[in-house]
Amino acid sequence: MVRPLGFLVGLGFITALVLAIFTTPLKNEPNVAHEFHKHPKHLKLASDGVVLPHWDKAQLQRGMQVYKEVCSACHSLHLVAFRDIADLGYSEGQIKTFAKGFQVPSINPDTGEPATRDGLPSDYFPSPYANETAARAANNNALPPDLSLITKAREGGKDYIYSLLTGFQSPPANLPAELKPGTGLHYNPYFANLNLAMAPPLAPNQVTYADGTKATVDQMSKDVTAFLVWTAEPKLIKRIQVGYAVFFFLLIFTVLTYLSYRNIWADKKH
Amino acid sequence: MSFPWAKPYEPTHPLMKWMDEKLPIPRLVYNATGPGYPVPRNLNYFWNFGVLAGAALMIQIITGIVLAMHYAANASVAFNSVEHIMRDVNAGWFIRYAHMNGASMFFIVVYLHIFRGLYYGSYKAPREMVWLLGVVIFLLMMATAFMGYVLPWGQMSFWGAQVITGFFSAIPIVGEPVREWLLGGFVPDNATLNRFFSLHYLLPFVILGVIILHIWALHIPGSSNPTGIEVKDEQDTVPFHPYYTAKDGFGVGVFLLVFVALTFFSPNTLGHADNYIPANSLSTPAHIVPEWYFLPFYAILKAFTFNFLWIDAKLWGVIAMFASIALLFFLPWLDSSPIKSSNYRPLYRIFFWILVADVLLLGWCGMQPAEQPWVILSQLGAIYYFAHFLVILPIVSRIERPLPMPNSITEAVLAKHATDVKSVSATA
Repeated sequence: MVRPLGFLVGLGFITALVLAIFTTPLKNEPNVAHEFHKHPKHLKLASDGVVLPHWDKAQLQRGMQVYKEVCSACHSLHLVAFRDIADLGYSEGQIKTFAKGFQVPSINPDTGEPATRDGLPSDYFPSPYANETAARAANNNALPPDLSLITKAREGGKDYIYSLLTGFQSPPANLPAELKPGTGLHYNPYFANLNLAMAPPLAPNQVTYADGTKATVDQMSKDVTAFLVWTAEPKLIKRIQVGYAVFFFLLIFTVLTYLSYRNIWADKKH
Repeated sequence: MSFPWAKPYEPTHPLMKWMDEKLPIPRLVYNATGPGYPVPRNLNYFWNFGVLAGAALMIQIITGIVLAMHYAANASVAFNSVEHIMRDVNAGWFIRYAHMNGASMFFIVVYLHIFRGLYYGSYKAPREMVWLLGVVIFLLMMATAFMGYVLPWGQMSFWGAQVITGFFSAIPIVGEPVREWLLGGFVPDNATLNRFFSLHYLLPFVILGVIILHIWALHIPGSSNPTGIEVKDEQDTVPFHPYYTAKDGFGVGVFLLVFVALTFFSPNTLGHADNYIPANSLSTPAHIVPEWYFLPFYAILKAFTFNFLWIDAKLWGVIAMFASIALLFFLPWLDSSPIKSSNYRPLYRIFFWILVADVLLLGWCGMQPAEQPWVILSQLGAIYYFAHFLVILPIVSRIERPLPMPNSITEAVLAKHATDVKSVSATA
């Protein structure tokens, strides 16, 4: 009984699928934007891979400077606390001073009215806007995303962020009219629909690096991307290091279990 | 129940004797996984995956309990509480990545376990009940994994919940009310997150219960083996302990090595970038894709694009997707061949490997956008999937002429060693 019924059910599904094949067009609708879209360029960082990755602290410090002086005008970093930047090689005193340079939301202890106070190491990077409505109002109705997790939250990760920052250009001449950037939009072939609301954020020498590194757009993009790799996963390097210890411990364990397995089975054909 | 030559449990220490009279747990363990449980001597490495699935479940339960101590199931803070675990909780990043990749490892070993069963006919008499309970476990795992993926409350969590609960709305008349009842609202929101968290915590223990039944049902006939010939006498078997405890110990070592490599060196490879964006009901991701272990079924769902008879394409897809798993319940009766092992089934063996390739193809198609050639490939893949189980398998099991089989497990083992010795001396 199961087999004839199963046979009929199977034929039902197969018929529906065969009809689906013959009624689905074999040609895709042309996607013009696809032709102009570019794949991200590869960015090599010290924290890459599993072979002795490390934080390039000088680069992360430069990257944080770019974030603070440029990106933070529009983008928040709400998952990162000032205390976290100890990873970047700052001393406790430096962190206190750094935090003090920010005003964070607070309440007036006497009146309960909203107020601000100097930042403490336990505070998080404050947001540039009070709320989403304020952020949209200031940005032509576009919402600048929080950057804490951005290198993990985009396909292509750090490569994509680096490419996007360096990818602004004037639209190609053969770009169809409907793909041309509208008012307040900027052409960037690395962005999914080619036009994004963010204006090119970086210009040569926009920041002055303390260590004398020349602040080209490419250099600043690399540095801030490296910084955002750190903000997305501050435990990345530790993870790889612990991974090695656990892996080699288990490797020895596995070799021992293999030897005891062979030993126990030595007298049994199987 | 066990074989008559099973070693009886005879406690010698007074404490163990006392225990045996009051609560004979040591006796149970001795007879279930100890020297008192005879197992075929010829099991290959594919028989490790049951124990590995058990290990994966234990890892999920332990890491999950710790995560629940730090996670907050509230739509306004869930996403940030996961990041709190990743950044501020001691070793939280490890526990969270282990749980995330542990789900993938669980499915990898369970899929290998299932395909082992398909190749060696483990679903056939006298082990139908073992197979049926296994399919129940598989369904529970899928429900648990789906609800777990919703908990971080990222974009894929939200939209995955939206799409999967949307399956129910394809059912005429009652579909939409059922969906709202499941979600506790019109869209996934706080009520959904809370109930999914509650059920995600409950279901693993239900799985554990069904696993106990699965093992109980297995221990009545005992394990099958690569020849598919039932155990005849004592020399066909070895005691579970120390023989298979040692082999499983080695298996667990290899499993953990792969697990650790994935967790520490590449923890986000099997996930989606979109799930690091907080859930937003106003912004739909460009491609909504489920986790990799659901992709073959997702491809079957999407393959139905034609309103056939009075059923529309979406409902066909949903019915077919559920049917693609439900048909596994009927497998012991769809395959009427008395031969278990595909080693002796020359015709079925070919179709088995086509099925493996077909499921991999469906998985690949499930990942792709709804464009050609992926649509037609998933349609062809789905045709083969249903044809395999419902048409080809019943016919093949009738017309196939099996290869000559040895008389017993021991004979097969000795024959194998004889040819090994011959080939060694021939090359020497």
